[in-house]
Amino acid sequence: MSDSPTSMRPTVDSVSVAEATPEKEQPYAALGLKPDEYARIREILGRRPTSGELAMYSVMWSEHCSYKSSKIYLRQFGSKTTEKMRKNLMVGIGENAGVVDVGEGWAVTFKVESHNHPSYIEPFQGAATGVGGIVRDIISMGARPVAVMDQLRFGDIDSADTARVVHGVVGGISFYANCLGLPNIGGETYFDKVYQGNPLVNALAVGVLRHEDIHLANASGTGNKVVLFGARTGGDGIGGASILASDTFSAGGPTKRPAVQVGDPFAEKVLIECCLELFREQLVEGIQDLGAAGISCATSELASNGDGGMYIELDKVLLRDPSLTAEEILMSESQERMMAVVTPEKLDAFLAVVEKWDVETSVLGEVTDTGRLIIDWRGEQIVNVEPRTVAVDGPVYDRPVAYPSWIDKLHEDTAAVLPRATEPDELRAQVLTLLGSANLASKSWITDQYDRYVMGNTALSFPDDGGMVRVDETSGLGFAIATDANGRYCQLDPYFGAQLALAEAYRNVSVTGAVPAAVTDCLNFGSPENPEVMWQFSQAIAGLSDGCLELEIPVTGGNVSFYNQTGGAPIHPTPVVGVLGVIDDVARRVPSGWQDEGNNIYLLGTTATELDGSAWAGTIHDHLGGRPPLVDLPREAALGALLHAGAMQGLLASAHDLADGGLAQSLAEAVMRFGVGARVWLEELMLRDGIDLTTALFSESTGRVIVSVPREDDVKFMGLCEGRGYPVLRIGVTDAGAGSASSDAAIGIGVEPTPVTDAALDIQGQFRIPIAELYAAHRGTLPARFGATVA
Amino acid sequence: MTSSAARIGVVTFPGSLDDRDAARAVRLVGASAVPLWHGSHDLEGVDAVILPGGFSYGDYLRAGAIASLSPIMAEVVDAANRGVPVLGICNGFQMLTEAHLLPGGLIRNDHGNFICRDQRLRVENTSTAWTNAFPDSAEITIPLKNGEGGFIASADVISSLEDSGRIVFRYLEVNPNGSMNDIAGVTNARGNVVGLMPHPEHAVEPGFGPDTRDAMRSGTDGLPLFASALASLLAAA
Repeated sequence: MSDSPTSMRPTVDSVSVAEATPEKEQPYAALGLKPDEYARIREILGRRPTSGELAMYSVMWSEHCSYKSSKIYLRQFGSKTTEKMRKNLMVGIGENAGVVDVGEGWAVTFKVESHNHPSYIEPFQGAATGVGGIVRDIISMGARPVAVMDQLRFGDIDSADTARVVHGVVGGISFYANCLGLPNIGGETYFDKVYQGNPLVNALAVGVLRHEDIHLANASGTGNKVVLFGARTGGDGIGGASILASDTFSAGGPTKRPAVQVGDPFAEKVLIECCLELFREQLVEGIQDLGAAGISCATSELASNGDGGMYIELDKVLLRDPSLTAEEILMSESQERMMAVVTPEKLDAFLAVVEKWDVETSVLGEVTDTGRLIIDWRGEQIVNVEPRTVAVDGPVYDRPVAYPSWIDKLHEDTAAVLPRATEPDELRAQVLTLLGSANLASKSWITDQYDRYVMGNTALSFPDDGGMVRVDETSGLGFAIATDANGRYCQLDPYFGAQLALAEAYRNVSVTGAVPAAVTDCLNFGSPENPEVMWQFSQAIAGLSDGCLELEIPVTGGNVSFYNQTGGAPIHPTPVVGVLGVIDDVARRVPSGWQDEGNNIYLLGTTATELDGSAWAGTIHDHLGGRPPLVDLPREAALGALLHAGAMQGLLASAHDLADGGLAQSLAEAVMRFGVGARVWLEELMLRDGIDLTTALFSESTGRVIVSVPREDDVKFMGLCEGRGYPVLRIGVTDAGAGSASSDAAIGIGVEPTPVTDAALDIQGQFRIPIAELYAAHRGTLPARFGATVA
Repeated sequence: MTSSAARIGVVTFPGSLDDRDAARAVRLVGASAVPLWHGSHDLEGVDAVILPGGFSYGDYLRAGAIASLSPIMAEVVDAANRGVPVLGICNGFQMLTEAHLLPGGLIRNDHGNFICRDQRLRVENTSTAWTNAFPDSAEITIPLKNGEGGFIASADVISSLEDSGRIVFRYLEVNPNGSMNDIAGVTNARGNVVGLMPHPEHAVEPGFGPDTRDAMRSGTDGLPLFASALASLLAAA
């Protein structure tokens, strides 16, 4: 290694220098620390921090790492629990990812995380490394990652800058996850101008493991080695660290560094296999991934979770750039790195495995019983702290909360008074307009860039309501997962908006035939320093935790992302809720669309005039106001149990959730899924529920699903509904139509191989839409803005 | 030789992704799947070899270029020249062209994006070691997923491939990546080495393959490739 001349290096700001120069001015404010936070660090240490310690505290006490504004609220997820909720929870909030017992000795670990800000600055690498980061969380639990999905929010689809972000983000996810060999099994994409200056890129990963393979990352056992392996440490991803590269710390050193990390999926793929082999051969006590705050985070968290002491020689870190300063090494967020704790007697075997995978490794130090995290650099002690003060006992804020001044007025502005169409032609046009609107249009332009087949266990994926993966090839045991968040609902009412997200994700898992078991969340909000945003946050947490308690499924982990705003305008509150379900045999899963001729179509649930916040109000009338649909969680649970029973008894040929766009959208999607049409009548529904046609077609009332049932199973199915007292109404029959399969090229831009027949969605007595017209409306929207992928 | 005595090797490179799927496909037709390692010179006496899909060594250079020079590939080339059946899928196809066991090359999709879709193909040569179980001119649907799947070759090579029946698979309905003459897969003159971009190993098990008119994800059109290899081995034994 060719070091630059020592003479060019600044004096090391060691502990003894810090003790000798208490009055030295430090750039804490530029690192994001408040004066009282800096004062507290001085109080904890009994002296001023060294520049290295200041670097560590500043990143670890940042909102992103410390959850200082959200901590007091997040406790509700742990406190609002029942025995049933804790029963299958093997690892809960606070670890890298939660772990749920799914039976037969198997466990599933899953988590969703944000990578919003990097993805706006540099969409490709920001999104790519978002996938990389969440996958490392899964690996560090001892699990094999088996699936990913992404929750994306972009600006106005017609804004020129949106195309830049969409191309970058989708390309980045495609580049990284495809190369890791993880199927992308679902996710969400929304377009709304509120995300124009602040897109949301959330990434979710799922892993599977045997019960006995759960590993928690902690540094226990004095004398055990602390080993850094994976990619070399570089100058990328030093958030807010520009000041460290200024004269204060390193005259003559490297200048400003990019704050966005750069991903190498091949290195991560190798790291997955390498870590799994290390776990399998029992060569590690624990593995911690390096994500936000890099080595600062890994060392302080490992030590905090273990015996409390650790000694590190920072010079042992393998560098891409030998001119990095100690502070930069401590803060670097270079990707594809892991830190392991290894017993001395297993070190040689450990090194043999990492060498087999051509992974670079260095032993940085060891676990001690001093209770201190001590880091040396060039022979000088630059860090000497109690690790919990860095990683655990950071500041906690009870931020001011204020009821939004504008919200009462928003509530009064109901969509119920908006003009409603009565003419069949006008309603027909509205159905097609909604079908082709940015948020209801086919997202296959995006999902076709993702590998959904790799690993050979994908039982359901886009465009079905939930993704499903087989866990056990012999028994067929599997999991299903779905995520949801309707920011428009949450803007109207964050408490019920969060519960609506939970209810929809729960329903989307239920329609697959799986039983919901656990929750993860990614809470995307504006600035916590804005009391109105803090009110939205507090409401959303209360709503979500109350909702989970009511449904008796625990939150196992997640992530908070604040400061999602451009200037003074925050995004709509967007609490992404992911629900994981379990299914005994994936062969029992239920498709979302119709495959067979002559099946009866039933609507489960009742419909009220709930147009506030709906896609109809937004798309047809550019309106957002009123109160979101009522959410009734015991009803959702009853519906879920009914669907599960129907699936297990093999009564359901299909089941599809009603949500954005209401019944019309759901019917159209069920037709398009396999190209089988339907004849539908709505008079009885309108009469029973006392609603008009617009409401029947577009209302977004909750607790509703359309199912199709083979005629021979009709009696059994009706018995099931009556026995459980769930409202059910036959509204139609599937109709394959005449004609033979022809090419999807005939559709123009279609990329899903769906046969085109004269099948149609026929709303009897109102209008009829041939399937080719449905496809054209649904599939044309994204390619028209972002370019066709297949000519 | 019994079916299970037929040993089909599946090579794992550090960035291989579909190696487990290929091994599953081998087991599903009744043969034994033998894991092989990229850094080894030992083919462990296997009767046939599959180079699976993935990103071998990251493929930051031309896809398959570095893999074609790996230790195991030296042995694969020797075996192929002895007549051992070799199948390259996606990244494996790229390796076979880079190793000059097959003609032509694979370049970035003409539309620039990675594409994953259920792809219709015609099997145009049913006499190779990997396609003898298909009926003549069989039309099949198997998944395709690649970023660099555009088949190219000089005009001379293309016309000689066409004239000698060495185009094994041809895209139907949609050419998903700009391949010349809609070529999806080719064979060598001897018919023991076959490469294709689409993924037959993802269409071998009902419930996890492409959708069909009959049922969701029920497509198993990839299975005959593996059954063909087994039949070739049993016939040769």
